[in-house]
Amino acid sequence: MVFIRIWALFVARNKEFLRDRSSLGWSILFPFLVIAGFSLMFTENSRGMYTVGILGKTMSNDPGIEDQLQRFQKTRFLVLVPFDDFDTAIDKLKHHGLDMILSPESGEYWISESSPSSYIVEKMLLSNPGEPGKGFAKRVIKGREVPYVEWLFPGILGMNMMFAGLFGVGFVVVRYRKNGMLKRLSATPIRAHEYLVSQVLSRVFTMLLTTAVVYGGCSFLYHFTCRGSYLLLLLIFFLGAISMVAMGLLVAARLSSEELASGLLNMIAWPMMFLSGVWFSLEGSKPWVKTLAQAFPLTHLIEGARQIMNDGAGFWDIRIHLLVLLIMSLVFLALGSLFFEWKKH
Amino acid sequence: MTIFEATQGILNVKQIVKTFGHFKAVDHVSFSIEKGACYGLLGPNGAGKTTTIEMVEGLLSQDSGDILYKQEKRGRRFYEEVGIQFQNTELPHYLTVRETLITFRNLYQRKMDLDELISLCKLEDILHQDNRKISGGQKQRLLLAMAIANDPELLFLDEPTTGLDPQARRHLWDIVFQLKSKNKSIVLTTHYMDEAQILCDTIAIMDHGMFIAEGSPHDLLEEHLSGASLILPSAVKDQANLEGFPWPWFIVRENNIEIQTQDVSSCLAELMSRHIDLTGLIVRPRNLEDLYIKLTGQALRN
Repeated sequence: MVFIRIWALFVARNKEFLRDRSSLGWSILFPFLVIAGFSLMFTENSRGMYTVGILGKTMSNDPGIEDQLQRFQKTRFLVLVPFDDFDTAIDKLKHHGLDMILSPESGEYWISESSPSSYIVEKMLLSNPGEPGKGFAKRVIKGREVPYVEWLFPGILGMNMMFAGLFGVGFVVVRYRKNGMLKRLSATPIRAHEYLVSQVLSRVFTMLLTTAVVYGGCSFLYHFTCRGSYLLLLLIFFLGAISMVAMGLLVAARLSSEELASGLLNMIAWPMMFLSGVWFSLEGSKPWVKTLAQAFPLTHLIEGARQIMNDGAGFWDIRIHLLVLLIMSLVFLALGSLFFEWKKH
Repeated sequence: MTIFEATQGILNVKQIVKTFGHFKAVDHVSFSIEKGACYGLLGPNGAGKTTTIEMVEGLLSQDSGDILYKQEKRGRRFYEEVGIQFQNTELPHYLTVRETLITFRNLYQRKMDLDELISLCKLEDILHQDNRKISGGQKQRLLLAMAIANDPELLFLDEPTTGLDPQARRHLWDIVFQLKSKNKSIVLTTHYMDEAQILCDTIAIMDHGMFIAEGSPHDLLEEHLSGASLILPSAVKDQANLEGFPWPWFIVRENNIEIQTQDVSSCLAELMSRHIDLTGLIVRPRNLEDLYIKLTGQALRN
């Protein structure tokens, strides 16, 4: 009997899913899009796993160093980015935009001591030694280096906010439309934009609250500090949260299928997670990838937060990020209000 | 001046039409509701009741026709002054009954006193319960309380007692009676004929997108049906010889025999002359359900 009941529900659910054409179509299309996207962005020729800055000339007059360089360059998953200016390259290394700097001309290399990627690239370099005593020599970064965990942390907070914003509101609105709760609200004097603003504010409040708890906890555990103003950090988190929630509301403006909503939200969330610099820098990626990343609110949230926390940037330094987030929030909210429907079709 | 223009009802609906594709769901429907009256809208599934009500509530736009509230086009005031109870509305998750009421009251400028609202809808015992943990009858009372949270002048109730046990239905009826006594106007859709007969001052029976009858329950019965129904218990079915019986008769629920007649005395005399056992015979006046079935043929279609 138990099996019969399970089987009955199994069959019924399968029919529901298969007859929901939009969700079915999406479940097939989404993996194709992810695979296509990744194959475009992360081919061996376009983006390696590790990024090495080559300072000045790309060849060395010293045969021992040149030999080591040639063998090191043959290592897979490396991308080499030329730099003319030492200070620019060092700044990228300090902020984990590069994993190593090599100067074939002087036979020196620099790494970030706190970065796991730097550690692995150094091992790669040293596994291809030149003649004894004639290989690249390690140099220490002068000045303050941003610890890897401090660089990573704003990205993790941003990613957390992205998922909370997109799914926390978008999904709920779709469910309320599906079960008639929105229809009930539509029979009151409340207007669509009032409802949307209430949802945005509520979610932003809870997101900032949870972010503050996570920040406090991690700060206590890892002893890192925010070098900039907490008020400015709060402002960029506030605008970032609004833009994420508004984006979720825009996706959910008309949908009444939770499965389709989930698919669309995932389609937005995953590329953002990979291209907004949560886990790694886009240094060395193709220009179009970097341009695309600028279209994501998460990119501006993370870059702005990193500048405040890691470098002590002020309001004027991050004004572009603040402005972009503000514009994105307003545009998403306006479009969400315009397309919003109380009832399911 | 037309009759419509002369009417000073709280709600006047004139010649509204709604078409979905090639299907005309509502076909030139007109009606008017007086202040303090309860107007019942009856009809089989698919008759066009919900479409009509949703147009009046402002949730659907009509293709043509006019809907006037207090002799004016409906504006923001309409939403402030009407209350709507949908059928099968989900309640907000994780909120208590009290929190839900407070939330909905706060959506309106005008509000019914919270204690009065709780008392009227008999919600005292479940105020602090999670919405997800209340019974069907309690949920309907809460939905009704949400609908009257703004102390509305016009209230729409969509099948408010569907699925409720008899006691819960009576509770709902009591609340509706109290609202009527406060001079509230009510539009009620229901499948229960007894409910319509008890609560409504005027009823309209709808089918195929049109009104096929409208009036007070008494007048409609007078106009379309008179006389009585005689119900013979199923036990006598096999022995009963009703061949050539002068009045129409049917096999109805539980294999009982129903005879419809204008002349009860003559009918009883005819039954006795045929030596039919009249033990358990019930004589009842024709009711709204008979009228409904007669007009819509619902018994055949459903």
